[in-house]
Amino acid sequence: MSFTRNLGRFEDDMRTLREKRTEPGWSFCDYFMVQVCDWLRELSIRAVGCSSAVHLCVDQEELAFVFEMLQQFEDALVQYDELDALFTQYVLNFGAGDGANWLGSFCQPVRSWNGLLLRRPIDMEKRDLIQRGEASLLDLRSYLFSRQCTLLIFLQRPWEVTARALELLHNCVQELQLLEVSVESGALDCWVFLSSLEVLHRIEGCCDRSQLEANCSHTVGLWTYATEKLRSLGDLCGLVSENGPDSEDLNKTVDLLAGLGAERPETINSPQSPYKKLKEALSSVEAFEKHYLELSHAAMEMYRVIGRLRSARLVGKSLAEFYMWLLCFACFLSCACGFFDRVCRYLQTSALLASDTNLSDEERRHFCQEILTFARQTAEGKGQQKDARVALSMSSFTRLQELRFRPSSALVHVSAALQLELRLCSLMPVPVTLEQISASIHFTQEQPGSTAQKRAAQNPDGTVTFPAASPASASASALELCEILEHSPSDNALSSAGVACRNMHLLMRRHDSTASLDTPNTAPAVAMEDAAQMLRASDVTLLPGNNSIVFTAPSQKPGSYTLRQLCATLGCVQFILPHIYPVVQYEVYSQEPQLSIQPLTGHNTDSMPVLHSSTCSARILSSSAELLAESALSIQSSEKVTSISLPVTPPYHTLEFLLEVLCHIPSCPARMESERLTNGQISRRSRTRFNSGMTLIDQKVSVDCPWSIYSTLVSLTFHVPFTIKHSLLSAGRRKFIQVCLRNVSDTNFRLTNQTLTENQHTPSLELCSLNTRTHSLVFRQQCVFSVWELRWSGVSPVSVHCEFSAAFAPADAPDAALKLYRYDFTLERVSTLYSVRAEIRPAVGEQQCCTGSLCRLEVSLTRLSEASDSDEEYSETDGLRSSRLLYEVIDNSSNWAVCGKSSGVVSMPVAAMATHKVHMEVMPLFAGHLLVPSIRVFKYQPRLASPVIQPDTDSCLENDSLSLEDQAETASLRSRGSVQSLGSGESAQPRGPMPKRQAFGPGQVFSGTQGQQVLVLPAADHHLMEVNVT
Amino acid sequence: IVPTQGELKFHYTVHTSLDVVEEKISGVGKALADQRELYLGLLYPTEDYKVYGYVTNSKVKFVIVVDSSNTSLRDNEIRSMFRKLHNSFTDVMCNPFYNPGDPIQSKAFDSIVSTMMVQAC
Repeated sequence: MSFTRNLGRFEDDMRTLREKRTEPGWSFCDYFMVQVCDWLRELSIRAVGCSSAVHLCVDQEELAFVFEMLQQFEDALVQYDELDALFTQYVLNFGAGDGANWLGSFCQPVRSWNGLLLRRPIDMEKRDLIQRGEASLLDLRSYLFSRQCTLLIFLQRPWEVTARALELLHNCVQELQLLEVSVESGALDCWVFLSSLEVLHRIEGCCDRSQLEANCSHTVGLWTYATEKLRSLGDLCGLVSENGPDSEDLNKTVDLLAGLGAERPETINSPQSPYKKLKEALSSVEAFEKHYLELSHAAMEMYRVIGRLRSARLVGKSLAEFYMWLLCFACFLSCACGFFDRVCRYLQTSALLASDTNLSDEERRHFCQEILTFARQTAEGKGQQKDARVALSMSSFTRLQELRFRPSSALVHVSAALQLELRLCSLMPVPVTLEQISASIHFTQEQPGSTAQKRAAQNPDGTVTFPAASPASASASALELCEILEHSPSDNALSSAGVACRNMHLLMRRHDSTASLDTPNTAPAVAMEDAAQMLRASDVTLLPGNNSIVFTAPSQKPGSYTLRQLCATLGCVQFILPHIYPVVQYEVYSQEPQLSIQPLTGHNTDSMPVLHSSTCSARILSSSAELLAESALSIQSSEKVTSISLPVTPPYHTLEFLLEVLCHIPSCPARMESERLTNGQISRRSRTRFNSGMTLIDQKVSVDCPWSIYSTLVSLTFHVPFTIKHSLLSAGRRKFIQVCLRNVSDTNFRLTNQTLTENQHTPSLELCSLNTRTHSLVFRQQCVFSVWELRWSGVSPVSVHCEFSAAFAPADAPDAALKLYRYDFTLERVSTLYSVRAEIRPAVGEQQCCTGSLCRLEVSLTRLSEASDSDEEYSETDGLRSSRLLYEVIDNSSNWAVCGKSSGVVSMPVAAMATHKVHMEVMPLFAGHLLVPSIRVFKYQPRLASPVIQPDTDSCLENDSLSLEDQAETASLRSRGSVQSLGSGESAQPRGPMPKRQAFGPGQVFSGTQGQQVLVLPAADHHLMEVNVT
Repeated sequence: IVPTQGELKFHYTVHTSLDVVEEKISGVGKALADQRELYLGLLYPTEDYKVYGYVTNSKVKFVIVVDSSNTSLRDNEIRSMFRKLHNSFTDVMCNPFYNPGDPIQSKAFDSIVSTMMVQAC
């Protein structure tokens, strides 16, 4: 017997120690201990003698107390362990039939099962019971364990406590069975439950959290055990049944609770005491569930943490059974993942099987029907309980193929229609009608365009193609086998041959099922959270094979929308695709109203919009260019501002209206008016540009809208299709007006009704049309001339204001309305003042003019009318009123060489028909019919008629190579010439202002000999002849 | 070793015990790889049963479940049982007509197992 053996050892130790008394290292303390041992040994012997294990226990325990007091916890623990083992042996022996009558006291029925009590160092209450021999087996065990526990905690070995606790609890249950002690059913469960929780509490009390988490492999057994016991208690007390506990169950519960006794004073204040927990758990179905779930989850979580997944699943299984039990009685209670794990798994498996094309059609139908039935049943059964949904992975249900945006840019403005067409392939063998298929959208308030790069996955045509899901990544897990041959080194014979798998580490790896467990559970929460932003399609029937679903995407707010999850709802079953990949995005933008003005070109007036109509109607178009409404515009225009009230238009609709714009083609100066739009101010600035013959009229229109801070500047460019030139032609005294209308546009026009009217309606004036045709066609870039003769009676008019007008229309549009084109011009100094004639005669004695010989040029200037205009300057010389004229011989073709001065100044007396003749010598340079050189006449204006300054002018004229000799004929000239010669002597004088020569108006000088030709013969002796052969 | 009543429960128990077996192997593999101790000892106790484990060198696992009330079987007995079982299993594996992975259909093996059962009960 170990006890005696131990005592023998103690005895020996004591003896040796006593003998060492004289040595220096001997301590009283040690001796005391040994003494105690000695004393105890006697006690023990006595105890053995009386063969009462109880007393023996108590005695040995006293030894342990002594050890404890001496801080020898290890030794104290040993004492208790020995006691424990001893007791166990007794029980076993008793069970084997070796009756020890003292054990009888332990065989009495158990009446109290109030669990372990580990809070006190020594449970004196129980100790007394043991001493009195009234303790039950549970009491004794509890007491021993509480002592051991205390010691172990002193020894900083809390984890041993848990292991021992589990052993103790199992042991007790076994012993009670062995001893055939009558225990009320459930009582042991209570005891075990309370005890395990108490142990756990005690451990928690002496360790911090991190320690606990690191060592949950030690505590998890207790947790599981407690869970099991609570479960069996629940079964026992009718807490897991159809109708809740009946009266019998209630009686049972009351009995069990009575056995617990009153709560111990130590724990009465702690709200989480095991005692309170048990009481609460047994009080009602709900509380039981709560506690049971709590414990189960705790246990599962711990198993998972320490990697014991099988154990975790075993707990999960019983949890699931619990829910299945509930489900059987249609008590579908709030979501419980344990149960859902099971149901989900089943449904998921069914879905997988149903989609498996390797199976027969019949089987697939069966499994598909299984899902459908479940969905229907639970949908009917649970009614309003919406939160209880079964989430399955969508991958086994359908496969996404493609998503197409319409419009394809995936960029729309606020509240515009955007459609998404989702193409998916249903893997189910039968048509499935989904209540709803929805895609949750993540909304970010980003600026449009900033995500353009991110949408790279989207093809330019607005489609997103989903990669075909590789089933279980088969490619990655193909077996890679290779041969292995080993030859023995001695004789090169084959010693072994085999096949090795290279990627075994990949294939043999355990698939972590926790991830797959979690995903379907977390998905619905995410999918359901933001119901405001969802794509929805209701009552969709998915046929086997390819389907197409069209969603209308929300676009109420500007920003970027990303599709996150896809969820197909079928009753209470949801098929969820937790992530849509590649990323699918679309954008919604918002912008200020925009206004654009487009001139209607192609209209026959060729970029000459003409006039408005006072009431226009506006057409309101939706963004997709559908005509929604038509309403009237009101236009009010004043001198400066034209305001147009626009009808009410919904956002992102286009308001389109036609305004005819009037642009006055400038008659003389460029002067224009224009009107333009909207109920804002229009400020007008116009500018005319002459460019490549075409008159461009630029007009700026600014449009101010009350809803926008910006004003839109619109530039309108008008092209005037015609340019007009007029000229006054003279024939002696007769006057003709020629109007040349040039078409500068690229369109051909018809012209009619060319009229020329005199604006002031002077009765004495008459305009006589010499045009024969009233209709004419003016081709592009061509001219049309028309001529009128101007006749007058009486005094010749000083100036004539004329207006030319013609009606025109494009030639290729015969029915187009004729538009009027007007041209104002004024003719000044219409009447002919002078007539100039030039005559060339051969030199005296010659018959003909010959090249190289001098000829006489006689220029005669004749005043035709009594000049009364103020525009001529007169000078009084020698009592005669005269005006000075500067003449000039100009020979542009270099046919003539003027000998001497080619220009000069003459004084013209103010009298009708006064003639002045000038003679000059010219020499023809070529033979043939030569044009007479033209004579130009200018008004000569010396700077004021002051005699002092006159010489200056003359000296100036000298530079112009005036020939003074030619002027010797007339008296007036002679007198002038004297002055001039005088002036020439003073050429050193500083020069004053230049004299002016002023051209006459176009009709004032009539050249009577213009275009006249003179025959010039070649010179008689020609020893030199030039022959030009070309 | 136990009668077939509650077969599923035993399956669960054995299945769950694999957790502990793995735990122990990984622990042993590091520290005591060369010690050739195949017997893993008591895996875990439940209220009714004690579960013992044994792992061969080729990682074949044996699990023996003993009724807790059976106190006659100590550690040593269990260990010898495992050895016997292992030997017998090795014999089965050495049979050239046996394909690894097939259910064992060997009279010799069966008789050894049943004698162990009888001996235990």
